[in-house]
Amino acid sequence: MHRTGDLYGQFETLEQQKESATLGMWTFLITEILFFGGLFLTYTINRHTYADVFSFSSRTIKLSWGAINTVVLIGSSLTMAMSVWSAQVGKKKLVTIFLILTLILGTVFLGIKGIEYHDKYVEHHIPGASFDMYFCTNNPGACNLTTEELAQERTELKELEDKVGGPVAVNAHSQLFFSLYFGMTGLHALHMIIGAGLLLWLIVESMRGRFSPRWNTPVENVGLYWHFVDIVWIYLFPLLYLIDRH
Amino acid sequence: MSTSPTTPAVHQLPEEHYLNSTYGLRSWLLTTDHKRIALLYLASVTFFFFIGGIFATMIRIHLLTPNGYLVTPETYNKLFTMHGVAMIFFFLIPSIPAVLGNFLVPLMIGAKDLAFPKINLLSWYIYLVGGCFVLYSFATGGLDTGWTFYTPLSSVYSNSAVTPAVIGIFINGFSSILTGLNFVVTIHTMRAPGMTWFRLPLFVWAQYATSIIFILGTPVIAITLLLVGLERMFHLGFFNPALGGDPILFQHLFWFYSHPAVYIMILPAMGVISEIIPTFTRKPIFGYTFIAASSIAIAVIGFFVWAHHMFLTGESTYAALAFSLLSYLVAIPSAVKVFNWTSTLYRGSISYDTPLLYSLGFIGLFLIGGLTGLFLACLGLDIHIHDTYFVVAHFHYIMVGGAVMGYVGGLHFWWPKITGKLYPEFLARMAAVILFVGFNLTFFPQFILGYLGMPRRYHNYPPEFQVLNVMSTAGASILALGYLLPMLYLTWSMRYGKVAGPNPWPATGLEWRTPSPPPTENFDVTPVVDWEAYDFKNRPDLGLTQPSGPALSPAHGDD
Repeated sequence: MHRTGDLYGQFETLEQQKESATLGMWTFLITEILFFGGLFLTYTINRHTYADVFSFSSRTIKLSWGAINTVVLIGSSLTMAMSVWSAQVGKKKLVTIFLILTLILGTVFLGIKGIEYHDKYVEHHIPGASFDMYFCTNNPGACNLTTEELAQERTELKELEDKVGGPVAVNAHSQLFFSLYFGMTGLHALHMIIGAGLLLWLIVESMRGRFSPRWNTPVENVGLYWHFVDIVWIYLFPLLYLIDRH
Repeated sequence: MSTSPTTPAVHQLPEEHYLNSTYGLRSWLLTTDHKRIALLYLASVTFFFFIGGIFATMIRIHLLTPNGYLVTPETYNKLFTMHGVAMIFFFLIPSIPAVLGNFLVPLMIGAKDLAFPKINLLSWYIYLVGGCFVLYSFATGGLDTGWTFYTPLSSVYSNSAVTPAVIGIFINGFSSILTGLNFVVTIHTMRAPGMTWFRLPLFVWAQYATSIIFILGTPVIAITLLLVGLERMFHLGFFNPALGGDPILFQHLFWFYSHPAVYIMILPAMGVISEIIPTFTRKPIFGYTFIAASSIAIAVIGFFVWAHHMFLTGESTYAALAFSLLSYLVAIPSAVKVFNWTSTLYRGSISYDTPLLYSLGFIGLFLIGGLTGLFLACLGLDIHIHDTYFVVAHFHYIMVGGAVMGYVGGLHFWWPKITGKLYPEFLARMAAVILFVGFNLTFFPQFILGYLGMPRRYHNYPPEFQVLNVMSTAGASILALGYLLPMLYLTWSMRYGKVAGPNPWPATGLEWRTPSPPPTENFDVTPVVDWEAYDFKNRPDLGLTQPSGPALSPAHGDD
């Protein structure tokens, strides 16, 4: 199908093209909800079954990084919304600027996520053969924890063992938590990376001045996608970081 | 033959159409024309049908004797698993939507193409990549988990190539999702002027309902199989009780998709039947809105019945009661369709052409398949027939007797539109009858076998079951002939068949108002629809002789 200007050949009018593209994105997002839904269900059931181990495992993740990332991501949603608005009112330069800002914030988020993953790597909290919830308490020098934190962790681990029946169960169930943690945040991060790719494409197109009040659906739709990924994080943050934090 | 046009006009192929507008491999592999993509799918699903068919043949040969000398028990496990995986994920699910749906939806609603032609091509490539992974799994160790991939067998204990297979099915899922997305958007936004929702052909309604399942169900199986793959590769414990995981959770997630997937297979076939029956009875379909709404109802209710697969694997009695009741409810919209089709036949001007033969076969076989489904939804009875050949027979009546009959019937019905050529009618009628006979001989004995207690998935059986098994195998060879015949004469007709003309039956749909084969842009001018669906009466352009009576002539006697 040939393209005339912004209009692809299968469509009669730009209005129809816009309606199709937007409906397509919404439909895609519904699919995405169910895609993440499988993981959320698995998480919820295990969170219910292994409440104590899950809340302990959750506390070994640094709250501060997660909180900063939440702010960063909400900020990126704001800049994304601003770029959509700029496109709608025809401020072509602003579109590009806000898209670049969104991309930067998205990259910051991924960077921080990388730091968090690295921490978990150091602490042997990555599921697999070398997974060990006792690594930090057994090797006090290896993890970046204060003496009080270590003492606290020791007591909590002891209590947990009494509750769930020994260190093997603690390890198995907390590995389940971290499998879900990495599964969910990893899938989320993958969506962020795809989003960053889309932003790059938009930035190039926007620099060429392609987005105008008449035709800006790509910006709007990538915006929808970006907000969706943001909302997923809004759910992930309390589920994974804020269990039982008082 | 009553199907040839009443005037003995000699038709000619249009000078330029979608098949000859461009040439070369590139023009096919990079095409964004929905009609060409449909043919790409046709070739690929036929390939997988062959693969699955070879496994089926080996299963049936093995079961000729009680001890089965053809393959080892391990290989037997692989045969029925690979048969199921190839047939379900790579043939049945894409067959009608991706081949006939792709070809017809834009034509039926008067659009130039689907809303997202490039995504349409992408979904075919995704299908191919997924297919390659699965073929790799078949070739390097096979697959022995059953098509259901139950954990922890699939994630821990199986020694076969499970990982590439689940990756392949995971990837293939996105092909379905994108096709569904494309259809939903296209049906919403691309309808020609005057093509209101209630003038849509019922085939389009069926595709819409199917697309809803694609969109809502497929992502769940995708993530579930991804977790199985991860569990297997990294020894995680999502579904492994030894590590704290929950195998029943896997079954819930699996069937949340895989039960609606049955409706992915049967709904489009129902759509095909709803097109064929009015055409060959020369009557508007009886109860249009009910048939349309029942498609949506099946899609919706279908999402709430999944745990009827798990009556015996650990769920509470109350949950089982609810799921049993809900499963019974699906019978209502299904019965609505059957009643409406038969009512359409009543006092119709019937011509027993090949597509109608397939449709009549469909109605009968679907009826048996559907009613035996109620046996299985019944809590008490299910304890007796669960995991027996009764189940095998039941779902083959739905999937082969229903879905495949619909698919083959649809292929015949639209073959003149797709290729511009007519297939040999006599041979085609023969093939339809052979298929019907072969099918019943293959699968009806399995109902009895199951009721007598022969479990499914076993490589041997007590000697007293041999007669019925021999009947089944004999039927399978007739069935194979019934499939080979259309493959041969349809291929033959592409070159040597008579030129069909734009509307050989004649039928009322928009797709018949454009030349056969259609031009790349589908219609020379955007059509404007000012008639209701299946309205034979007010369509002088169809060239039907109009009797003076109130209805079109009652059944005529030339067949």
